[in-house]
Amino acid sequence: MNRLILASLVAALGLFGTSAFAGDYNLTIDRQDVDVGGRHGSSLTINGQLPGPTLHFKEGEDVTIHVTNKLDEDTSLHWHGLLLPGQMDGVPMFNNFPGIKPGKTFTYNFKIRQSGTYWYHSHSGGQEQEGLYGSIVIDPADREPAPTDRDYVVVLSDFTTESADEILSNLKSDSGYYNYARRTVGDFFRDAADKGLGTTLRDRFMWGDMRMDPTDLADVTGYTFLVNGKSAEANWTALYKKGERVRLRFINASSMTYFDLAIPGLKMIVVAADGQNVQPVVVDEIRIAIAETYDVIVVPKDDKPYTIFAQSIDRTGYARATLATRNGMTAPVPPLRARSLLTMADMGMSGMEGMDHGSMNMSGMKGMDMSGMDMKGMDHSKMDMSGMNMMHGAKPTADTKADEHPMGWASGAPPGTKVLSYADLKSLKVQKDTRPEEREIIVRLGGTMERYIWTLNGKKYADAEPIDLKFGERVKLTFINDTMMAHPMHLHGMFVQLVNGQPAERLPNKHMVSVPPGQSYSVMLTADEAGEWAFHCHLLFHMESGMMNKVVVARLAKEAAK
Amino acid sequence: MTKLKTITALTSILALLAPSAHAASMHDDMHRQIFQVYRFQADGAQNNAGGLVTWAGRGWIGGDTDKLVINTEGEMQNGHVESSELWGLWSHNVSDFWDVQAGIRQDFDPRSTTSLVVGLQGMLPQFLETDAHVFVSTRGDVGARFEQSIDLAVTQRLILEPHLKLDVSASDVPELDIGSGISNIEAGLQLRYEITRKFAPYLDLVYETATGNTAHIKRNNGERAGELTLRAGLRLAF
Repeated sequence: MNRLILASLVAALGLFGTSAFAGDYNLTIDRQDVDVGGRHGSSLTINGQLPGPTLHFKEGEDVTIHVTNKLDEDTSLHWHGLLLPGQMDGVPMFNNFPGIKPGKTFTYNFKIRQSGTYWYHSHSGGQEQEGLYGSIVIDPADREPAPTDRDYVVVLSDFTTESADEILSNLKSDSGYYNYARRTVGDFFRDAADKGLGTTLRDRFMWGDMRMDPTDLADVTGYTFLVNGKSAEANWTALYKKGERVRLRFINASSMTYFDLAIPGLKMIVVAADGQNVQPVVVDEIRIAIAETYDVIVVPKDDKPYTIFAQSIDRTGYARATLATRNGMTAPVPPLRARSLLTMADMGMSGMEGMDHGSMNMSGMKGMDMSGMDMKGMDHSKMDMSGMNMMHGAKPTADTKADEHPMGWASGAPPGTKVLSYADLKSLKVQKDTRPEEREIIVRLGGTMERYIWTLNGKKYADAEPIDLKFGERVKLTFINDTMMAHPMHLHGMFVQLVNGQPAERLPNKHMVSVPPGQSYSVMLTADEAGEWAFHCHLLFHMESGMMNKVVVARLAKEAAK
Repeated sequence: MTKLKTITALTSILALLAPSAHAASMHDDMHRQIFQVYRFQADGAQNNAGGLVTWAGRGWIGGDTDKLVINTEGEMQNGHVESSELWGLWSHNVSDFWDVQAGIRQDFDPRSTTSLVVGLQGMLPQFLETDAHVFVSTRGDVGARFEQSIDLAVTQRLILEPHLKLDVSASDVPELDIGSGISNIEAGLQLRYEITRKFAPYLDLVYETATGNTAHIKRNNGERAGELTLRAGLRLAF
């Protein structure tokens, strides 16, 4: 029997292997009871799985995906990071895609034009939080530039038994609802003893004046963090043999959680970011933003287990898995680090002028565009490096004791730890479009935590005018984060290139741009995919509260109507 | 019976207000999001006159910009309702931290009184939750109420909440034993333990006193102007 299946598989592969590949996939969305990490709850599932199945595609393949909705509400699936026609992007109310009604099947059909690690998730309400997500692995048409002996998908996610509606309702009623790390009366007296009463009072009054809370690192807590649907106790395990090269395809499929990710005892060689190959970077730790993917290669030299450890940045818990040579092996699980406390600098308020990217770029880069393209890369790197290394990588803090709060957007990693920074990312392939921007579009990330309203350029999605781009236009998007939370910004339909100090032809492609609290960051974009593209913060409840807009790429921009 | 009628009348007024709030939030919210939150607390204490029960509730339904707000509070002494009020307000967000509110306040006890309400609800710097409302009753009496509170975290779940409430009257209202000026002050210190954010037993040390002319009237009636009570109660949210 098995042999028969194998034979037909081989035959099928042989058929597809010739010129055009065509794959047919069936996904069924349903709701069912699950037990995860000792918690019982209702979850959305895809083909009965949480997360959904890994979709294996091949570059050049024509895929047909039938998605059947067995829920009593509308649903959708969005193929995160894939280049495809707008009507296949799976965002309800965009490109005339109506969503998938209860009991109906929608058939997606598109050609795979890229390779790498991506994922898919619902774009309807809060369904992503409730379990509608899965991974996508696309094999390259050509030779894999970083071949490995083993290849694993590692999906990180945040599981809760609360419904997404409940969570949003709780946040709307009390934005501190989930914060159990507030500064207490005791903290006040401790700080007063350490730093003096005057300093402590001034600090408290400054935050009070703004009506903001420096402990607000994550809006939602109470999560059980999962690796491939397994809790830390259930310990998902990836097997290897001594000396093998193991590729781990990390996907942060969380709704609201950033992780600090490390494999104590192993160096991670980052070879792809957001599915796109980069020149290898050796790191100890990665702060992985929501919806980002990183492919890393590890080469364990010993016959022993290693813990894959991803601690949430608010330090309420961790996702854990094990790299092992035999099932059942475990390695020590490190303690959670102290959570960091935001500072006035994270509001862009003081002392960080040197790091104020927005103003730096404006003055510096405008001049550069005129002085010639050749110089651009060089000047860039000189200008941006200092600030940037500190910015994204959650700097190691040398003067921090283990039990003390690191200050600001910091991981609290011990001195000497190499944390991946956006500035390290360098595209493996040469970028085709290295033009300077024709114009710059400023995107201010804003909101009112107290009311739990989040905005782009001061407007909620329903009130915003779409951003119109001319087809083929080269634009610079500059994010200015006016809030004290990091926002993982996602543009559908097209990759952006980080302006990260690398030469123009090596700027890395990304579909996610994490903008730290109080800081600014620029990316380049070639508007070469016509359609209506969602553009939003990938913190699910920020998007749900308005932090979204529509980017319209039309050959005639005026034709575009919202 | 009259009470029931008033409630019916009030409900129909609220029903009139409701669609406007609904329509507005349908317009301005992405997924036509309508949220609702109801908080209610009730407690009991022993005072000189016997058993005292007080309650307070706040609820709202609506979107980010417009909400329908329901407030209620009251006091029972030895099983007899001494004061009770129910407000229905349209609440409109005007800035990051402030809503303007307008609507109706219906008092059932000590006597049935209907008033128009206009006011502000929001948060002052230093996290001071603030309510300020002005009333005009159908009898023409003008009054105001000012309330403030702040949550101080003793631990992550043990919350100390100092709170203050001032009632002001523009004129003497002899039938309610109220004199002009600040008529009543209620200052308290609530210590609650949030087993969850929606279920929190508490102790509330409350000093409530009539002041100025109102105190004078009370003393003339042979009543005590002020009293200190330690109340034990439960705060719930739905």
